[in-house]
Amino acid sequence: MSTKTQDIQTSTLTNTIRQSAFGRWLGLDRWNPQQQSVAYLFLLPSLLGFLLFVILPALGSLALSFFEWKLTNTPTYVGLDNYVDLLTKDPIFPLVLGNTIFYVFAIVPMQLIIGLLMAVALNTGLRGLGIYRVIYFMPVVTNVVAAAMVFQWLFNQDFGLVSSWVWQFADATGWNVQPPNWLADPFWSKPTVAVLTVWKNVGFTMVIYLAGLQGIPEELYEAARVDGANAWNRFRNITIPLVSPTTFFLLIIQMIGAFQLFAEPFVMTRVGGGEPLQATLSIVYYIYQNAFNYQKMGTAAAISWVLFGIIFVITVFQLRFQRRWVHYEVDES
Amino acid sequence: MSTERYSPPGQFKWRSAALHIVLIIGSLIMLLPFFWMLSTSLKEPNEIFTYPPTWIPETLAWKNYQDALTAMPFDRFYFNSLFVAAAVMIIQVFTSSLAAFAFARLRFKGRDTIFLIYLAALMIPFPVLLIPNFIIVVNLDWYNTYWALIIPPAFSAFSTFLLRQHFKTLPMDLDEAARMDGASALRIWWNIIMPMSKTAIAAISIFIFLNTWNDFLWPLVVTNSEEMRTVPVGLNSFQGQYNVRWNLLMAAAVVAMLPVLIVYAFAQKWFIRGIAISGMGGR
Repeated sequence: MSTKTQDIQTSTLTNTIRQSAFGRWLGLDRWNPQQQSVAYLFLLPSLLGFLLFVILPALGSLALSFFEWKLTNTPTYVGLDNYVDLLTKDPIFPLVLGNTIFYVFAIVPMQLIIGLLMAVALNTGLRGLGIYRVIYFMPVVTNVVAAAMVFQWLFNQDFGLVSSWVWQFADATGWNVQPPNWLADPFWSKPTVAVLTVWKNVGFTMVIYLAGLQGIPEELYEAARVDGANAWNRFRNITIPLVSPTTFFLLIIQMIGAFQLFAEPFVMTRVGGGEPLQATLSIVYYIYQNAFNYQKMGTAAAISWVLFGIIFVITVFQLRFQRRWVHYEVDES
Repeated sequence: MSTERYSPPGQFKWRSAALHIVLIIGSLIMLLPFFWMLSTSLKEPNEIFTYPPTWIPETLAWKNYQDALTAMPFDRFYFNSLFVAAAVMIIQVFTSSLAAFAFARLRFKGRDTIFLIYLAALMIPFPVLLIPNFIIVVNLDWYNTYWALIIPPAFSAFSTFLLRQHFKTLPMDLDEAARMDGASALRIWWNIIMPMSKTAIAAISIFIFLNTWNDFLWPLVVTNSEEMRTVPVGLNSFQGQYNVRWNLLMAAAVVAMLPVLIVYAFAQKWFIRGIAISGMGGR
């Protein structure tokens, strides 16, 4: 709560504004709830920014997707050509789409499963578990570029830590296994990028799950215990269904996030030879390339709308089918 | 929520030990990249390429930090990141809370329609807005300036939505009473609603700050000179130039991560709460 002095200072300030000619013109001096001009005034700064940097660009990018424009020439209207070219002629776009779908299917389930397991372990009410929460959440606050550099080094083919484990394993067992070129190999590069992403974000799903678990009444577990249900059954029949609204929420936002992966593949696989670009290229990476490497603004805009379309359809689909598996408690009050 | 509290005491201890072991293994996996980064950042160049790799460097090569820090103006990157993140945070909290106040506690024509448009805009992924925003910035002559780094990210339908949801939960009688006493809307917003929403404001401020601090794509696109780079973009160009000098790269990564991690160590509760509350849309 503010102190007395602050109160007086603010009140003098607001009074001055209110009593000024400008304030009177706006009606601030005799304000009442019906005074709409005041409300619009509150909205104005936000609305101006919103119109200029959200609504205008959204409409602009839709319009741009029907043009061919290389930044320096005059834009020419090409109708649906950008979209048609992407979906029928561009040999890279299907790969990019496939890569992104791979990322989504690799990253999202891992984040949900590991995040839930961490949360369940930390929700047992034992003392001294707070430190683990702090540790598991640590990667969330780190910079993605720095983290991607560290993982690039961890997965360096010749000198990285992970490769050294493979060699040690080969030495120990006598099997002839070689570490792959993790970041340049068409097969391994995507899972490697996924590992970084899961490590970086799993702390987030964990804390959201922790909040969800707090809402499950303890009596349910008690009753199940009395009935002789073991830990697995309690997890399977109480925790999973009752935490399903959280799972649903995380599923949607994590999918939206995974579809927009950019910095992770960009930093990890752009530098350092191999050029596995088509193997790790995500949709947003491809938008970036088209816009800022090839100056194909129209194509880039069209890809972004295809991305929006995919996210939109999947989200609507999930909202539509949530009833089949998301367990909402009946509000009895 | 203690599911173990009711177990017999003997079993309790055994289980607790097993749980701790599992959690410690998990911690080691999560911390391993940090250890490896730190270890490499202190190694001499020849030790980086030894097999099997060493965890503790034979000699601590502190010089790596000196080399990394002088190779590029990291102090400038830091200043840029701090300045931009703080400015975005302040402007966004300010404009969003004003708009949220209007949406939540004032009546005006078109309120629900405008709010619906805000909500609809939440669904638009940022990449859709990227190119037109870039073009707008170029046309405003903001390319490679702080304006470009600060102003477009400073407006968020999400923050407005989040604060509006929070403001809705406060009793309307407060406004009524204050109004009876002759308080203006501005006064109600600043002296009543804002102080009562301290937790929500703190949560969203941390969320905005961290997101801006760690943002990569936008600053990458709108800057081209070294002195305008933020930490992530500076680090990215550093990686491009020194791409096999792993000790220097890891020293730079430590420099990029450490200050945030130190702040996190002291204020972890706030970080986790801030991100969790914002991430859940204020629920």
